Amino acid sequence: MSDTADAPASDERIKQTSALRKALIRPELGGICGTVIVFVLFAIFAGDSGMFSSQGVLNWSVVSAQFMIIAVGACLLMIAGEFDLSVGSMIGFAGMMIAIFTITLGWPVWQAILITFALCIAIGALNGIIVVRTGLPSFIVTLAFLFILRGFTIYLPQLIERKTIIGGIDKAAEGDWLAALFGGKILTGLFTWLGDAGIIAVFERGNRAGEPVVDGIPMLIVWALMLVVFGHFLLTRTKFGNWIFASGGDAQAARYVGVPVNRVKILMFMFTAFCACVFATCQVMEFGSAGADRGLLKEFEAIIAVVIGGALLTGGYGSVIGAALGALIFGVVQQGLFFANVESSLFRVFLGVILLFAVVLNTYIRRMITGER
Amino acid sequence: MNPEHAPLIEMKNIEKHFGSVIALNGVSLEIYPGECHCLLGDNGAGKSTFIKTMSGVHKPTRGEILFEGKPMHFEDPRDAISAGIATVYQDLAMIPLMSVSRNFFMGNEPEKKFGPFKLFDHAYANEITMQEMRKMGINLRGPDQAVGTLSGGERQTVAIARAVHFGAKVLILDEPTSALGVRQTANVLATIDKVRKDGIAVVFITHNVRHALAVGDRFTVLNRGKTLGTAQRGQITPDELQDLMAGGQEMVALESSLGGTV
Repeated sequence: MSDTADAPASDERIKQTSALRKALIRPELGGICGTVIVFVLFAIFAGDSGMFSSQGVLNWSVVSAQFMIIAVGACLLMIAGEFDLSVGSMIGFAGMMIAIFTITLGWPVWQAILITFALCIAIGALNGIIVVRTGLPSFIVTLAFLFILRGFTIYLPQLIERKTIIGGIDKAAEGDWLAALFGGKILTGLFTWLGDAGIIAVFERGNRAGEPVVDGIPMLIVWALMLVVFGHFLLTRTKFGNWIFASGGDAQAARYVGVPVNRVKILMFMFTAFCACVFATCQVMEFGSAGADRGLLKEFEAIIAVVIGGALLTGGYGSVIGAALGALIFGVVQQGLFFANVESSLFRVFLGVILLFAVVLNTYIRRMITGER
Repeated sequence: MNPEHAPLIEMKNIEKHFGSVIALNGVSLEIYPGECHCLLGDNGAGKSTFIKTMSGVHKPTRGEILFEGKPMHFEDPRDAISAGIATVYQDLAMIPLMSVSRNFFMGNEPEKKFGPFKLFDHAYANEITMQEMRKMGINLRGPDQAVGTLSGGERQTVAIARAVHFGAKVLILDEPTSALGVRQTANVLATIDKVRKDGIAVVFITHNVRHALAVGDRFTVLNRGKTLGTAQRGQITPDELQDLMAGGQEMVALESSLGGTV
């Protein structure tokens, strides 16, 4: 350890932190730069492809919002020092449970949704309790649940309905108050007005002629924004947020000063499960069906969005806003490549490259913060 | 030592067994307000086990702990902290990635009302942090500076300031100087001196005799789970202390063969 930092000469230290360095030390920096680059690139290469028409914007917004919902949960959990690899399987499982409760058991949709949420949050808590009690890496524990939940998601519908996709939920959900919270749209009046005023595109023929192509903002996007605001607020403005940072930064040091580390971690596992369940419910309400393969690989996509957003894989550092920007980059690039007529498999190449780049950048930032050489 | 005061903590015949291993075999100790009590001993002497019974991490197998004259039974470290016994661990004091202000109030976050919500009062936390750091002689760039940018000595000082701010009556320092350079050690020792003058009892664990003699009022030497006695300042020479710690004879022989440099 060097003795230089002992010197009380404060001017010296102020010189060390230039404005640029200070800006670099924000966890969101990577996300902000990435977002700007991505939008500029697609404005140049796909600007005239309809990507920035009302329909195009809605298209990539919905995809980004999906990523955002699970990224918020994954982000808070990662800052608390843990992973959840069972997010994707949880999405499939939650959707399937809603379908089984509604179609097979004939429950009202609101009841199916509430019970499914309770079930998923309980599984999240179980994940957390196992991790905390055994001290095993969450990587292994949630990997086990990745297979357990996916197995049930494939087995149960085959056992009960003799198929792997259960449909007809859209009919059952008509007029249901809770289903509307997940599958509905808001601001329809505004969009009708915008369409009438000629600001956004309207259908030119067919039985919906004159109605706007985009007739409202899907609840999925509303959920995504609400979760981002909630997560950011919780993390940066509350006592609990400080506990999340502390639990991931150094669990033992946090315990010594009385932070209930185990409770924080279990709650974050439950919140991640909640986010996965929101994702699943929105998806089921949109498609009107649940499939055994839904949510495949979503856990990795959530983690990638969080890492692009500047969080450290080792915990204790990160930002919900960053994770949301990571999700936005993700969604815009995935859909933008389609608009720009690029072979969609190249998306995976892009993912790998950007992930590597983000991790290298994050490691560098951490070194600057902690003063490691 | 202030003989006119009653002892803050009395540890009476503390025994601690781990299975068949007897880690502590009847250790007694009194700690008075405003004194710096140095606990010395070689590795494995039982220093850590002893302070962990004091700070509520371990429950003694036999023996009694009196805190301000009343018998205490700590179930966990939290009980000891709320009673006023704070422990600063050498490498686990602070979280490097978090800001000084977030670290300072970790576990004791100040809150203010904001509509239906309770918010972390960052403005208050930042102000108090800067004020306490100035008192301890640390110049921060700002309260949002990460602890990782502080030196080891400064981290110890922040941890000590934190414990004092939150009402510690007894401050247990577990080898605070063992990983530090000369200058940082001097800073930490100066901090100990400052804290002691405020009437707080300091239990200073070290195996460096020179550090102990620099600030200690009384010295207790542990060896193989037992006390070898407590000495007042001025009653004991550094050489005697060193010999006691190492268990006497062998050390003398070793020292002469090394030319008296140990």
